[in-house]
Amino acid sequence: MSELTNKEIDKKGCCDIIEINGLNKWYGDFHALKSIDLKVKEGEIIVVCGPSGSGKSTLIRCVNFLEKFQEGSIIVDGTELTDDVKKIRQIRSEVSMVFQHFNLFPHLNIIDNLTLAPIWVHNKTKQKAREKALQLLDRVGIKDQANKYPNQLSGGQQQRVAIARALCTSPKIMLFDEPTSALDPEMISEVLDVMVDLAKEGITMVCVTHEMGFAKKVADRIIFMDEGQIVEENDSDAFFDNPESDRLRLFLDQILSQ
Amino acid sequence: MAIYPLKETKSPPQSQIKAVVWLKENLFSSALNIALTFVALYLIYLLLPPILNWTIFNANFDLAADNQSCGREGACWAFINSNLKMFIYGFYPQEELWRVNTMFGIIVALVVFGSLIKESQYRAHYIIGSFLIYPVIAFFLLHGGLGLEVVETDKWGGLTLTVVVAAVGIVASFPLGILFALGRQSEMRIVKFISVIYIEFVRGVPLITILFMASVVLPLFFSAGMDFDKLLRALIGITLFQTAYIAEVIRGGLQAIPKGQYEAADASGLSFMQKTVLIILPQALKISIPNIVGSFIALFKDTTLVLIIGLFDMLAIVGAATSNSSWLGREAEGYVFVAMVIWVILYSMSRYSKKLETRFSTEHK
Repeated sequence: MSELTNKEIDKKGCCDIIEINGLNKWYGDFHALKSIDLKVKEGEIIVVCGPSGSGKSTLIRCVNFLEKFQEGSIIVDGTELTDDVKKIRQIRSEVSMVFQHFNLFPHLNIIDNLTLAPIWVHNKTKQKAREKALQLLDRVGIKDQANKYPNQLSGGQQQRVAIARALCTSPKIMLFDEPTSALDPEMISEVLDVMVDLAKEGITMVCVTHEMGFAKKVADRIIFMDEGQIVEENDSDAFFDNPESDRLRLFLDQILSQ
Repeated sequence: MAIYPLKETKSPPQSQIKAVVWLKENLFSSALNIALTFVALYLIYLLLPPILNWTIFNANFDLAADNQSCGREGACWAFINSNLKMFIYGFYPQEELWRVNTMFGIIVALVVFGSLIKESQYRAHYIIGSFLIYPVIAFFLLHGGLGLEVVETDKWGGLTLTVVVAAVGIVASFPLGILFALGRQSEMRIVKFISVIYIEFVRGVPLITILFMASVVLPLFFSAGMDFDKLLRALIGITLFQTAYIAEVIRGGLQAIPKGQYEAADASGLSFMQKTVLIILPQALKISIPNIVGSFIALFKDTTLVLIIGLFDMLAIVGAATSNSSWLGREAEGYVFVAMVIWVILYSMSRYSKKLETRFSTEHK
């Protein structure tokens, strides 16, 4: 299995862009992440799945320090995450995140949502930020909504705006935290289509999702987590065809029998 | 199996005469409601005629009348007319009244100009600039100096004083309130501790106590030469008081902002200041508008308390004017007039708050 994985990874870039070593996190007494080791190569598409409460969201939220952790280290693009605010901001300017509940800024219209970080964090001119924003909105198929406010859009449109907002800063890494879980069923595919498109472009993606079809289609590697640890990881074909652990088999049975 | 064809959309049924429907729904919907309607009608029957008689039908509108010729069966509105200057300007010197008028005139001009440049990209600069520069101009005009004759603050009074006290309280407490609200939310223990202590202490004390402290106790700490202005002390007291309330109102707004907004702002790499100013505060303040304005309205009414430390706001002028021997016993006219003026001001504030809410609403644009 490990040989296969390595071969698969070798197709991608040379270097680890995310390096997680011995990561431990507790919420009070609750051990949420147990000694996680994970390396992500540049350009790799990783899908993280597992039952709810297994620590998948917590794991990717540690990568941009939305969650603090107590032990271990995370190195993102050569910079180690510490309490140092400057380093955190530097990493956050290279890592974008798409949230389950979109988290668009409701008091700003769509175009201002997109240009905020480029203007204030990346010091782009208003003009340039706007051009890029419109280009990205076009790409996710909602250019005509640029002057509306988030609450006027459907869930699927909002999530596509959120993806465009995440892309606006030209990030090296995109983190997706269950991007389709809050959507009505008929809107899931419009968001997944955008994500599939994105995956083809070679941006590094780490997605927490239950969309196994998406995982099969684009993931280089799939990671299965349960009870705060990585139980199994494999390339996408082997992951579905030959699950090794009982827990993964049970999980796949449950999720694919729907 | 059954297949149903798509149905046509129809317009809703037209109801009968609208007024009748309204009466039925609002006044006669239940036995209790019918009873209350008749009680209310009876109360109106009892109260309204005497009020109308006193203020209008039996009142003397002859503005040149004096206390004797007016009669006692109705209001004597000549009292308001002959004391109007005192109601508006207090004891401000006659020949300097143009300065007060200019001060009010500039406000009107600023507001009108501001509404004309609604679409301009410099509107924010204009508003902030006005807030910074206008108080200096207003102080110079009212107080004097630099060639203008100095008018000491004990001559200020009436509506002018009411507006000055309320405006200073409002304008100064707003930014301070934001700071204390943020302070109370802060992760820095000391900042949070100081904010909590301040807010809880001030909110636990009535305004009267703070005004007494400011006017009676505070001077005890200063040597005789350092005694500073009574009005200034009242202004500081009122600002400190109002700050605590505004801080709590804004904290309520801050707490209503979902965690996701903080996370999205953090994740995009915004600094703490950027996050606060660009993302959190605009939303928190928007939610808080009704409560902020409510708090300002309460403050405006509370300004009448400066009476007890010897300042003559508009309400206190009633007492001063009726103690003049030629207008003895005309308190009622004075209080009704002051009530009307304050009501007009406060109702405008309340309407303006409604307008702001609609303008900032991003729900159905």
